[in-house]
Amino acid sequence: MTTISPDVVTQVARLARLRLDDHAAAHVTQQLNDILAYVRQLQAVPTDGVEPTSHVLPLSNVLRPDESKPSLPQTSVIALAPATHPPFLAVPKVLEAG
Amino acid sequence: MSATSPASLTIHELRTRLASRAVSPQEVVDDLLARMERLNPRLNVYAAIDPDRLRQQAKAASPIRGRLAGVPITVKDNICIDGELTTCASKILAGFRAPYDATVIHRLRREGAILIPRANMDEFAFGSSTENSTYGPTRNPWDLDCVPGGSSGGSAAAVAADVAIAALGSDTGGSIRQPAAFCGIVGLKPTYGRVSRYGLVAFASSLDQIGPLTKDVTDCAWLLSVIAGQDPNDSTSAPVDVPDYVAGLQQPVKGIRIGLPELSVEGIDPEVHRAIQDAITVFQRLGCSTVPVTLPNIGSAVATYYIIATAEASSNLARYDGVRYGRRVSGDNGQGTLLDMYERTRDQGFGAEAQRRILLGTYVLSHGYYDAYYLKGMKVRTLIKRDFDDALARCDVVLLPTAPSPAFRLGEKIDDPLQMYLSDVFTISANLAGVPALSVPCGFSSQGRPIGLQLLAAPFREEVLLRVGYAYEQATEWHRQQPE
Repeated sequence: MTTISPDVVTQVARLARLRLDDHAAAHVTQQLNDILAYVRQLQAVPTDGVEPTSHVLPLSNVLRPDESKPSLPQTSVIALAPATHPPFLAVPKVLEAG
Repeated sequence: MSATSPASLTIHELRTRLASRAVSPQEVVDDLLARMERLNPRLNVYAAIDPDRLRQQAKAASPIRGRLAGVPITVKDNICIDGELTTCASKILAGFRAPYDATVIHRLRREGAILIPRANMDEFAFGSSTENSTYGPTRNPWDLDCVPGGSSGGSAAAVAADVAIAALGSDTGGSIRQPAAFCGIVGLKPTYGRVSRYGLVAFASSLDQIGPLTKDVTDCAWLLSVIAGQDPNDSTSAPVDVPDYVAGLQQPVKGIRIGLPELSVEGIDPEVHRAIQDAITVFQRLGCSTVPVTLPNIGSAVATYYIIATAEASSNLARYDGVRYGRRVSGDNGQGTLLDMYERTRDQGFGAEAQRRILLGTYVLSHGYYDAYYLKGMKVRTLIKRDFDDALARCDVVLLPTAPSPAFRLGEKIDDPLQMYLSDVFTISANLAGVPALSVPCGFSSQGRPIGLQLLAAPFREEVLLRVGYAYEQATEWHRQQPE
């Protein structure tokens, strides 16, 4: 693993739905490379046969009775959205004109 | 300020005076408001203050019904209060009013507390200095040129400066303990699963915990007793009974085994090192024994954390897209596409550190890098957890500094993310291992900046932490010091 280029950062930004201009991409690439260089010290830690930990509690499959319960009223949740067409959320057009 | 100013009191002192009607909830709130008016312009601990709303709550408050009857509790800007703004100090949540109470808020209300929103913080809790806030930085009451720590810097500075009685914060990698240490107060990160996360805006879901920031250990126990416990709305909250933490404080500490990890002194400020050595002497005088322990993988904690925390954050922050809540930025007079709206909203809504963490998290999770970073990070997390299991099998509590240095100056680390991350070197492993950790004041630097010590215990052994912390506090005077 070597350093990452501004092009890779721009590609990752696109995946994350962030818009980085070239100047910002160059600056953040440098910072990410510093952080990744530090993080790469983990490669030296032996982990053969070690199970990954995604969660520290010995809990699995927390279940409750399958009964419906009241939830937040639709109107109060819809009211939080920046644009609505009650009872729907409104978004810009999804497809490019073409 | 007179020593009996209600704002300067602890929860337990205030409860006594409220119960005997020596002071009313209105007088407490008025005193806090007067101090806010004077100090908030300098300290910037509150993102907003609504005097009318606070006075209404005080008027309606009973001085007797509930463990927090008539006691104001300050709440970090990432914990939902029904109908109140909850913005995580981010532009992307500007104007967002929570549609429900977080479980901890419900529990505070049930015990009669008065709620004071919204303590300043690093945006989405991303930071160790409270400089990454859309409301501007919070300042340290002990030295206005210094940061209060972060991300719960508003909560910590408010408690230290007596513009709060006590506060709630959240801790993902040290965000309660490090600001508590920098501001000379007490802060607790409970065991993962001890306190419900329902209604806490998610940063890294496998690490986040809500906890108290208080003027002394008794208050910390008091507040934890109220907020702890299983919650059907958070499936990661644990089915473990909640003891009476306040009643347990006076239990003897003689014979308690304090684990002292071998740490490379390099990177620890000499004054912090000295304060910890002095604290060890105090513990020995109290009848505790000391046991050498090893945490062989603690040196990997920061690297592991910045993989796991950013991976989880990038995933959690995908929900801020300008569709369901918060802010939307549309281009081209609203004629742009959905994708264009997403990008503009997120670009203008998230600050620099949030964007950096989203990028890093997206990268370590992406195809081709997942095994090398995220999977590797989760495996090293297992090793760090085992280190604590082993160490805590041989002692009752582990003692560490809370932070490697006292508070640093504003601007000192803001352009060097890696240096900022390294200020969490001693707090991060408690989150990775899921164990509880308490920060207690243990001295001052020659420049008058507070220093904190940190005690860590096995999962759900908060009562031991609080008992040992209480004994230390009773034997010392650090927690009584006040900023000018």
